[in-house]
Amino acid sequence: MYKLMLCLRYLRTRYIALASIISVTLGVATMVVVNAVMSGFSHEMHVRLHGILSDVVMESHSLDGFYRWKEHMEAVRQVAGDEIQDMTVTVHVPAMLNIMVRDQWLPRQVTVIGIDDETYNKVSDFSKYLKHPANREQVDFNLKESGYDAPEDSKLAEAGWLYRREKIRYQQELEAEMRRFELLNRSVQARHTADPNEIDNLVSPLDLTRNEPDGPVKPKFADDPNAPPVPGPPPAEIADRIAHQKQPEIEPALAGGDPFAARYKQPESTTFDPMKHQAPGIILGMAVASIRQRDAEGKVQDYFLAVPGDDVRLTFPSAESPPKAISETFTVVDFYESKMNEYDAGFAFVPLSRLQSLRYMTHPDLGSAVSTIQIRLKPGADLQGFTNRLRAAFPPETHPYRIQSWRDLQGPLLAAVQMEKTILNILLFLIIGVAGFGILATFYMIVVEKTKDIGILKSLGASGGGIMSIFVGYGLSLGIVGSGVGCILGLLFVWNINRVAKLIEIITGREVFDPTIYYFQEIPTIIEPMAIVMVVTGAMLIAVMASVLPAIRAARLHPVEALRYE
Amino acid sequence: MSNTMSDSCLSTPTSPAVAPAEKRSGTQINTDRFDTPIEVDRPILQTIGLHKSYRKGQHVVPVLRGVDFVANEGRVTSIIGQSGSGKSTLLHLLGTLDVPDQGEIYFDEKRTDNLPIRQRDKLRNGKFGLIFQFYHLLPELSTLENVLTPAMISHGLFRYWAARKQLKERAKHLLDLVGLGHRLTHKPRELSGGEMQRTAIARALISNPKVLLADEPTGNLDRQTGREVLNILRKLNEEQGLTIVMVTHDQTIADEADSIVRLFEGCVETV
Ligand SMILES: Nc1ncnc2c1ncn2[C@@H]1O[C@H](COP(=O)(O)OP(=O)(O)OP(=O)(O)O)[C@@H](O)[C@H]1O
Ligand SMILES: [Mg+2]
Repeated sequence: MYKLMLCLRYLRTRYIALASIISVTLGVATMVVVNAVMSGFSHEMHVRLHGILSDVVMESHSLDGFYRWKEHMEAVRQVAGDEIQDMTVTVHVPAMLNIMVRDQWLPRQVTVIGIDDETYNKVSDFSKYLKHPANREQVDFNLKESGYDAPEDSKLAEAGWLYRREKIRYQQELEAEMRRFELLNRSVQARHTADPNEIDNLVSPLDLTRNEPDGPVKPKFADDPNAPPVPGPPPAEIADRIAHQKQPEIEPALAGGDPFAARYKQPESTTFDPMKHQAPGIILGMAVASIRQRDAEGKVQDYFLAVPGDDVRLTFPSAESPPKAISETFTVVDFYESKMNEYDAGFAFVPLSRLQSLRYMTHPDLGSAVSTIQIRLKPGADLQGFTNRLRAAFPPETHPYRIQSWRDLQGPLLAAVQMEKTILNILLFLIIGVAGFGILATFYMIVVEKTKDIGILKSLGASGGGIMSIFVGYGLSLGIVGSGVGCILGLLFVWNINRVAKLIEIITGREVFDPTIYYFQEIPTIIEPMAIVMVVTGAMLIAVMASVLPAIRAARLHPVEALRYE
Repeated sequence: MSNTMSDSCLSTPTSPAVAPAEKRSGTQINTDRFDTPIEVDRPILQTIGLHKSYRKGQHVVPVLRGVDFVANEGRVTSIIGQSGSGKSTLLHLLGTLDVPDQGEIYFDEKRTDNLPIRQRDKLRNGKFGLIFQFYHLLPELSTLENVLTPAMISHGLFRYWAARKQLKERAKHLLDLVGLGHRLTHKPRELSGGEMQRTAIARALISNPKVLLADEPTGNLDRQTGREVLNILRKLNEEQGLTIVMVTHDQTIADEADSIVRLFEGCVETV
C-alpha cells in the first residue's frame, strides 16, 4: 500500500522526472509518426508497383512466344486452381513508338503489350488507372467522343473524337490550301511555259498576278477589278477533284433493289477516313506521351506530345527469324497513369489479336501465339508459395519460361523500402533508449536523494522488494504517462500531417512534399495498431528497465547506513 | 592472549551468560495465592556476548565487544554512555536493523539475529517501535499518513483498503494520545521538533509493538519539550505496560529508568 502511495507522492512532487520522460514522449511520438508515414508510403508503393502488373507472370524467353497456351493454362490451373482467380494471355514486344510533334517524328522506346480487353483488367488493376471513365468500366480500344479525366486547362480534357475531327478538318483545310497554291503555281508555270494544252485545261478564275514573282505589283483596292479575290474554299471543280483524289469513296451498292444486299453488307467505307475512322487503338502510358514540368509560376503542368485522337506510329519486330520490322499506325485512345514512372513511361497497350496478326503470330493449325500467361490469385493466396509451385511444375531446365511474381519483378525496390523502415525504426528506438538513460540518471538521483527515506521505511519494516517496487512502479507510471502522451501526440500529428506540411510550407516558403517527385498530392499515412502497441510497450519497457537499476540499489541499501545518511 | 583481552569485555558477575530458557524458570515465582504465575522481571530483550565492528578497508573499528544486555518486560531500561560508545549500534542490533558479528540476541526468548531478512523485517514492523533523535518522518506524507506508514507496510493493498477505517481511527487516537489530534494533515516540515517527535512516537505505536526502542528521543529538543516527550513515554509505560529501551547520554533522564545499562568503549559497565 505504501508503495502505491509513495509512488504517487513522488510523481506529484518530482517534476524533474516528468521532464526526463519528455524525451520518451518525443521518441514515441516520432516513432508513431514515422511508422505511419513509412507504412503509408510503402503501401502506396506496393499499390503502385503492383499497379498494372498481374500477380504472377509466366513469360516465354523468346520474342516469338509460344503456341499451345491453352494447354499451359490448363496445366497452371492444375498446379493450384483453387488459388487462381483469373488468367489471361498477352504478347510483349519491344517497340519504337513515333509521335508526330510539330512535323517531326519523335521516337519513344516502349514495350508494346497486346492485351485481350475482355480479360486483361480481370488479372490486373490496369483499367483502374485509365483516364476515360468508360474505359475504367470496360476497356475497349475505341476512341471516345470526349470526357477524359484531366484538369480543366489541360490538353487532355478536350481530347477524343471531337479533337480528332477538329484536327483532321484543320489538316484537310490546310492541305487543300496547300494544294490550291500548288495548283496556282503550276498554272503560273504553265502560262510561262505557254503550253496551250495546259492552259486550256486550267480554267482558272483566279487572278494569277498576285503570285507571279516577276509580275507587276498592283494596288489592292476593293473595287479594283484586278484585285485578288478573298481567300475562300477552292472552286467547286477543283475541290471536287481534290476530294476525288484523296478519298475516292466507294459507295456500297445498296441503292439497287438487291434483296441480298444486307447479306453482303460491307463496311460503311472500305477507305480510311480519319474524320470517321480510327486506326487500331493504343493505350499509352501517361509519361510516354507527356512531359511533366513546372511552369513559370511553379505549378505542375503536363505537356502532351499526343492525346487521345492523335495517330502514332509503332515499329516492332515480327515473330519470324530473322525478324522484320513492322510499322503500323495506331490511334491513341486513352492514357493510363499508374503513377509508377517505370510503368507509365514504358508500356503501350494494343489489342492482342491485332498485334498477333501484325507480328505473324497466328498459325493455321496451332492457332495464335502469346508471350505471357498472366495470373491473378485470389485475395489472401500465398503469392510466393504459388510461384514456387509453378516453378516446380515448369522447371527452367525443360521449359523455356520465366515465372515471376510482381514482387520478384520489383524485389530490390521492395527490399530497399523494407530495409529503410527497419533501419529507421532501429534508429528511433535508440532515441528512446537514450531517453531511457535519462530516466536512469534521474532515478539514480532520486534514490540518492531519498536514501534517508528508504532507511526510514526499512526501519519501519519495509522489505527490499517493497522498496524496489516503489521505484519500478514510479518508472512504470512515468513510462505509461510518457508513451501514452507520446502516442496521442504522434497520432494527432499523423491525422493532421498534411496541414502541418502546409504550415511548414507557409513558414519556410519551401515545398515539403513535391508532387512531381512523388506523384501524390498528400502525404499518405497508415496507422498500424500493432506497430503502435509495440512502440508503446517498448517505451514502457525501457522506462521500467531504466528504473530497475536504481530500484535495486534502493532495495539493497543498508537501513542503518541509510538512516545515517545526511 | 592479550589480544582477546582487549577485544572483549570481562564477563561481569551480574550478567552471566545464561540461556534465556534456563533463566525463565528462575524468574517465575509460583505462589499459592494465584493460579497464574506472576511474572517478575521477565527479560523480553536479551543479548549475549554481542560483538560488532565496522570495517573500513583494512581498518577495523570494534564498536561492541561482548555486550550482555537485558531489558525486562514492562520496564524502562536506559542505555547510557559517552558519544561513540556504541549505544546506537546496540539499539540497532536490538531492533534487527543490523546483525552482530558475533553473539546472540533474543526477543521474547526467540533468537532474532540469525533470522532470515524477511522475518526480521516483519518483526521490526510488528513488535518493535523505533524512535530516533532526528524523528525520521517521511517529508512527503502528512502527520496522519506518517503514523499509518507501518500499517500500510504490514497490510497489503486490499487488506489495507478493507481495514483503512479502523486503522485511521487508531492513528487518530494515537495522535490524540500524544496531543496532536488537531494536526493530522500537516507535513513534517510544518511541525516543531517536539511535535515531530510525538508524531514519531505515535507512528511507533500504530502496530501495537511489544518494545519501544528510542534512540535519544529528546536529544534534539529543549528541556521543556524533552520533558513532555518523556512524560508521554512514561505514561505509555505505566498505563499500557510498554517495555521501553531508551538510549540517552543525559544522566538525569537515565536515572528515571527502572534499570540503567552503561556502555563504555563497547562494554557494559557495572553500575
Ligand atoms: N558505518 C560505520 N563505519 C565505521 N564506523 C562506524 C560506523 N557507524 C558507527 N561507527 C562508529 O561506531 C562507533 C559507535 O557509534 P554509535 O553511533 O553507536 O555511537 P553512539 O554511542 O550512539 O554515539 P552518540 O552518542 O554520538 O550517538 C563510533 O565510533 C562510530 O564512529
Ligand atoms: Mg547514537
